[in-house]
Amino acid sequence: MSILVFTLLLILGAYLAGLVGSLTGLGGGVVIIPLLTLVFNVDIRYAIGAALLASIANSSGAASAYVKEGITNVRLGMFLEIATTVGAVVGALLAVYTPTNTIAILFGVILLFSAAMTIRKKNQDALTEGSHAAEVLKLNNSYPTKDGEVAYKLKNVGAGFSIMTVAGVFSGLLGIGSGALKVLAMDSTMHIPFKVSTTTSNFMIGVTAAASAVVYLQRGYMDAGIAFPVVLGVLGGAFTGAKLLSRINVKVLKYIFCVAICFVAAEMIYNGYNHKF
Amino acid sequence: MKKNTILQNKLADHDIERFIGLQLRVGVLLSSFIVLMGGLLYLYQLGGVPMPSYHTFAGEKTGITSFTSVLHGAVSLDARAIIQLGVVILVATPVFRIALSLVGFLLDGDKMYTLITLVVLAIMLFSVFGGLKI
Repeated sequence: MSILVFTLLLILGAYLAGLVGSLTGLGGGVVIIPLLTLVFNVDIRYAIGAALLASIANSSGAASAYVKEGITNVRLGMFLEIATTVGAVVGALLAVYTPTNTIAILFGVILLFSAAMTIRKKNQDALTEGSHAAEVLKLNNSYPTKDGEVAYKLKNVGAGFSIMTVAGVFSGLLGIGSGALKVLAMDSTMHIPFKVSTTTSNFMIGVTAAASAVVYLQRGYMDAGIAFPVVLGVLGGAFTGAKLLSRINVKVLKYIFCVAICFVAAEMIYNGYNHKF
Repeated sequence: MKKNTILQNKLADHDIERFIGLQLRVGVLLSSFIVLMGGLLYLYQLGGVPMPSYHTFAGEKTGITSFTSVLHGAVSLDARAIIQLGVVILVATPVFRIALSLVGFLLDGDKMYTLITLVVLAIMLFSVFGGLKI
């Protein structure tokens, strides 16, 4: 395969990854790693580098819109970024000592978990009674809905912070945004309305990914020949996805995607188990 | 009364949030433009060459992995270095976002969040300059 053909195919693949990633809310990185390793037979370390870039591009692109609308809880994001960035740096350091096959298996497990999180019941209700810590840390806020501003409060700040640290470690180790774990921490543990938790999670993914990306960049995980088609493709796909999102019903798509991702996860785990990475 | 403070925070946050949104967009657009330019040059120079074997990981041996090598390469119009320059800008975009938030919290007089933001920024800078290549 010539470089030109490889680049064009990868742009197309990355475009679809960005599109599906933004429609389902999982982000482009989750699709990029199996695409590169299983389809293009690329070493998983290059795939991780590329996926991190895809996560940053996706997050920064989408966050710019959400922040403007005032849904993102900037204080909450900043507070939890302490946890995710520490986790991400630790994860990136662990990655050096972790065999690539183990990384592939872990990735498969996280994929399955992400698929389950996509179709779970979402937390719509705003808490009216928060914890003391949430009050002290000024994490309670309000967000715009079609019925006007809705105030919400948080609880279980410590538990949420701990899950975020784990999310950061996985993000650094596997090169993904760990959106599913972030939403688990905010949505299910801290009881934040899901619209706030998904946008705040998205807002944080860029910073979390950047914390480990610098480490990977210095180690040569980011190859220009892969970065170029991946960054442009994912951005294009995410852009199209954002335009489509308000017009189509993504519910069916989410189920199809979940089934597909379970197969991919099984393949990653199987190949990892058989030392094919 | 509590509701009032939330509202006030919201107003004070609003300008800086708009600015952060703009900065994120500019960062992504600028980096993708540079990546595109480098990429086109890369395809022009090497498009017909068989693709490198990405199946084996070369790591730092072939990569352009330090900031100085990226800059030097980009100045001498090395296509791969130009792409990497775009990549560096992309990675730097969220870091700048934190710096902007820091300014926002400072202007707000929010000491606690100025401190929290400083901690996050310090972790990021530690990962950039901390010599994490062990």
